[in-house]
Amino acid sequence: MAFTLGMAIAAMDKFNALIEENKEYLTDLDSAIGDADHGINMNRGMKRIVEKTHSKEYADFGGLFRDAAMTIMSVVGGSAGPLYGTFFMKLGQKLGCANEIQVENFADALREGLSGVMSLGKSAVGDKTMVDAIDPAIKALKENASEGDAAAWNAAVAAAEHGMKDTVPMIARRGRASYLGERSIGHQDPGATSSYYLFTCFRDASAEN
Amino acid sequence: MKKLINKVDDVVTESLAGMGAAHPDLIRVLPEYKTAVRASSPKPKVAVISGGGSGHEPMHGGFVGFGMLDAACAGEVFTSPTPEQMYEAAKATNGGKGIFFLVKNYTGDVMNFQMAADMLKGDGIDVEQVVVNDDVAVKDSTWTAGRRGVGGTVLIEKIIGAYAQAGASLAEVKALAGKLNANVRTMGMALTSCTVPAAGRPTFDLPADEIELGIGIHGEPGRERAKQKTSAEVVEYMAGAVVGDLPFKAGDEVLAFVNGMGGTPLIELYVVYNDLKKYLDGHGIKIARNLVGNYITSLDMQGCSITLLKLDSETKALWDYPVKTPALRWGR
Repeated sequence: MAFTLGMAIAAMDKFNALIEENKEYLTDLDSAIGDADHGINMNRGMKRIVEKTHSKEYADFGGLFRDAAMTIMSVVGGSAGPLYGTFFMKLGQKLGCANEIQVENFADALREGLSGVMSLGKSAVGDKTMVDAIDPAIKALKENASEGDAAAWNAAVAAAEHGMKDTVPMIARRGRASYLGERSIGHQDPGATSSYYLFTCFRDASAEN
Repeated sequence: MKKLINKVDDVVTESLAGMGAAHPDLIRVLPEYKTAVRASSPKPKVAVISGGGSGHEPMHGGFVGFGMLDAACAGEVFTSPTPEQMYEAAKATNGGKGIFFLVKNYTGDVMNFQMAADMLKGDGIDVEQVVVNDDVAVKDSTWTAGRRGVGGTVLIEKIIGAYAQAGASLAEVKALAGKLNANVRTMGMALTSCTVPAAGRPTFDLPADEIELGIGIHGEPGRERAKQKTSAEVVEYMAGAVVGDLPFKAGDEVLAFVNGMGGTPLIELYVVYNDLKKYLDGHGIKIARNLVGNYITSLDMQGCSITLLKLDSETKALWDYPVKTPALRWGR
């Protein structure tokens, strides 16, 4: 089995729905250590991405993720716009004109996306950001690829969830939460939370198709 | 939530439209790009462009006009505008002498302006920027996103705008902006939180008898919480932090800026200014110029910030240079 373009499109639909469902929770998390807009911004961005992806036919991953990237960058702004935009852009560039890919290779493309995020945000693992959910998820996806797609995605989601929860005791070193210093301890990072959602959507799309 | 709005989603666009309708002689609003540009055509001068999240009015749109900004891009409330907006603002105001971006040091603003600068450079347009980071409440280290850009932004926009209006080159504008940023310090405090329209409730809880010291301009919590203090005590704390940081010394001439966060009446801001004047007199620091009022706000937050900028004869003259914008105007 492999990860297909159809699954990627379905994953975007699922991500939009999950963000919509949890936008107040994400905004609550952001109120505690940021500026109370992560749920609102992601909701606005994903709505527009899905409007865009439903309005045309895609031949490959490259086209789909490029549209996702340009849309979120042009409607969201803030930090989430450029960071998720760069993630989708680099992911799409790496996948190029493929429309189906082995999960192990999809993990490599996700790694490209993450490298773009870390370079733009000057962030590393342990800074209490989205990186803390995505990095372990990609590692788990890659390491478990030989166990079958379902097992690999389950491992990735479990690792993302673990990474997200691990942000709670961290001191934020990037983004607005970093202004709080030690007062950021005890709060879960909203970016890591939305990134965890994204991996659950990849898994669910993969399982259903 | 009680606010004078129509639909939450329309607050930014309707407010911009209103500002454009109120000042057609000064600014023109490009609704598609949520950007205010000067009403007149671009001049052969460095175009000075700023932008940032909405909710800080009159900053930045209220500072577009003669002697100050050429364009201001508005993001959603407390959210950076997008690279596309900054790119279009630059295209609309480019006078052939280069583009200067005035950016406040927030992760989102810095990333979005960087992307816009890359797009413009791809078109062969010269772009330089200053990242304003004057907030002494934040520790500046590699372990944080760095100090925030707050009150000092308004003063830098005024002085840099005058310098570009007077014909300074892009390199000169960049050099002066760097010097100003190195000589300005700010600290803020809140009596209450603020309510982001889309969130519908206050960003943080602040008990009735407590204040938050060292806040930014987005309702993000500050450096520490304290029991309510008198104006003189608050000024002692904030001015002490500001003066000690640069440090400002006896004999220095400064521009003293007491800024309201949006919900504090002028009667209180003048009480604060009176205490600040006494404090600075006591330290032998001379207030050569001042500004008191709501210029860089945080929606409906009650509170204030204190900014000091060390002046010299050049920057004093540029502060006095004529300015004509919706929110600041003199000499013209």
